[in-house]
Amino acid sequence: MRDYLTFLWRVWRLSFQGSGKFYVWMSVLTLLTLVGVHAWARQFVDGLATTGMTNQVSWGAYIANFTFLVGVAAAAVMLVIPAYIYKKEHMHEVVLFGELMAIAVIMMCLLFVTVDLGHPERFHHMIPPFGVFNFPGSILSWDVIVLNGYLVINLHIAGYLLYCRYRQRPPTKRFYIPFVFLSIAWAVSIHTVTAFLYVGLAGRSYWHHPLVPSRFLASAFVAGPALMVLTFQIIRRVTRYWIGDEPIFTLRMLMTVAMIINMFLLGCELFTEFYYPTQHAAAAHYLYFGLHGHAGLVPWIWSAIALDVIGLCLLVTPFSRRIIGLNIACVACFVGIWIEKGMGLIIPGFVPTPLGQVVEYLPTLNETLVCLGIWAFGALLYSWMLHVAIPIMNGSLRARPELKPATL
Amino acid sequence: MNDEPQNTVSPRTIEQVYQPINRRTFLKGAAASMVGVAGLMAALKPLLELERGEISLDDLLQRHYRELKEADLQRMMAQLVAKSEKEHGVRPNLRDVKPLAGVEFGYALNLTRCIGCRKCAHACLKENNQSRSDANDIEMSYIRVLEMKKGAINLETSSVYYDSAAVPQTGRYYMPVQCHQCRESPCTKVCPVQATWQEVDGLVVVDYNWCIGCRYCMAACPYDARRFNYQKPTLESAAINPNQSYLSNRLRPKGVVEKCTFCLHRTRDGKYPACLEVCPTGARVFGNLRDPNSEINYILNNKRVYVLKEDVGTLPRFYYFFDK
Repeated sequence: MRDYLTFLWRVWRLSFQGSGKFYVWMSVLTLLTLVGVHAWARQFVDGLATTGMTNQVSWGAYIANFTFLVGVAAAAVMLVIPAYIYKKEHMHEVVLFGELMAIAVIMMCLLFVTVDLGHPERFHHMIPPFGVFNFPGSILSWDVIVLNGYLVINLHIAGYLLYCRYRQRPPTKRFYIPFVFLSIAWAVSIHTVTAFLYVGLAGRSYWHHPLVPSRFLASAFVAGPALMVLTFQIIRRVTRYWIGDEPIFTLRMLMTVAMIINMFLLGCELFTEFYYPTQHAAAAHYLYFGLHGHAGLVPWIWSAIALDVIGLCLLVTPFSRRIIGLNIACVACFVGIWIEKGMGLIIPGFVPTPLGQVVEYLPTLNETLVCLGIWAFGALLYSWMLHVAIPIMNGSLRARPELKPATL
Repeated sequence: MNDEPQNTVSPRTIEQVYQPINRRTFLKGAAASMVGVAGLMAALKPLLELERGEISLDDLLQRHYRELKEADLQRMMAQLVAKSEKEHGVRPNLRDVKPLAGVEFGYALNLTRCIGCRKCAHACLKENNQSRSDANDIEMSYIRVLEMKKGAINLETSSVYYDSAAVPQTGRYYMPVQCHQCRESPCTKVCPVQATWQEVDGLVVVDYNWCIGCRYCMAACPYDARRFNYQKPTLESAAINPNQSYLSNRLRPKGVVEKCTFCLHRTRDGKYPACLEVCPTGARVFGNLRDPNSEINYILNNKRVYVLKEDVGTLPRFYYFFDK
């Protein structure tokens, strides 16, 4: 216990020690987070009228970002599976970074849902015994369970491994291996359940579609690794922890497969919607071509498709064997999927309305600032976790500095 | 975890990690914390504008309507009455009107007769105290009247915002849509906190003190029947209907969902819904589905009845019918 308190104290001290660049980076993120907090406080006082949402389009940028980020969090399994199931030694160097990323991203997801609530102060209405939890009827209650469960599992695994490393002793397998395997199944569940949020709504034909969960997973397993590839390069450049090229190129291979599947499923979707267009294709028509003169999403979705195609072409060709080509592919895929799975999935669900009206949605400045604040907070959290975890992983922070660092 | 040479730890790093606190670092840390706290306070400044009593301890500790003890409900209602009196100078007759035994409400609308005058949509506003910017703002009305092109029942080509000098227009017919009080209601199924549910008389209601404002029910509704209070409802005091009930037309706070309840504060007292009373063509028929001799059952048994979006499987208690 005393040792653990010492550990926490050292982590706390370490959190505020770093280079000038570290201070600048963290200060900028803190400032952006505070801008977001301010915008949210304004929204809390004035109501969701500060957003662009309406009775017709009742979910917007918050839920779009939430949906996208659940996928990024789930993608931590793309490191866990090769590391623990296929025993790829080089993936063990980075698997912890994936778990830490999952933690940061799940926190962002929970924040995005919270800022979307009209009455966040009534959040306890969902928690028995204070409230009524509509389980198993409401898929939203399933989502609350799986998201928080995933957060706890990853906190346990990452926290336990780091603490063992700090104490210079090998981790006990039965304390974490079962949770590693649980986390694999759980990661799939968070994104599937999130897809079921939409698929379960029979009144919205754009979402009531069995391909949605599969596409969610496929696109998530592109967007998540894309972000990891980019952050791993930053880690190896700015910290004292070397990540070789092997994990990065293993991720490239996984991304390529996932992206091919994703684009194939997109093709299936487009065929179904447009080969023999029924009234149910109205939402897709609005998204890709506009409807009754309203075409707000058209430039966005075509940019997304273009980025997806560029990403796919780079991934399947030797261009992405060079790190610069891979980086371009990662940025293209990440942004493309963010547009397509965020706004491109949520907004057309509401346009046209179930009664056939076309009301367009555009996020307001205040809403955008809240989103920006949550993204900045996620980056802040991840940076902080890396800042603490890396000295533990490379052995410079350990319980007894006079002994050699443990090897894991 | 890996033994790359780049990972070799220099003694300096360890030194840095265990750097002792001295006067200088302590003062620096304290100054930085002050800046941080000041920043957070500045960021949260809008919260100071919250009205006093907008979030009370009583509200936070309140139970779900169906778990409330009678005394607690009475206390909550007394607070709501006091609030209305303080804010609007109107003392409402706020009641908790219970469902009647042996009653299940049904509603039918005659598409042959409806002329699209929107009197029902306006009457709904007056009766149910919805938010509005002026008397012509019917966005929050629970009824949307669709102007349809003759030749099909096609919602895709309908218009809600028609603005013709006279109705009905040639080549058009009109279809008012409101909550269908579905037997298999998707909205109540998806609510994560059961803030909306079906009463025993079939009416789907919302507990405005329990709703967390996630709007999942709005996404689930195939009839666009739910409205959300994106801001504190704006309503002139003179326009307030003082005949109110807890589960229907009482004044709503911001951030909650609301919907048509077939005017339960009227219909459970044996009156007709406001939209029916105002209809100039007698297109609306309302009654008890469990009474075999009711007018609504006569319609269902003898007219050509149409159920909107039957394919979605919601089994509505709201029907459309044709005369000829």
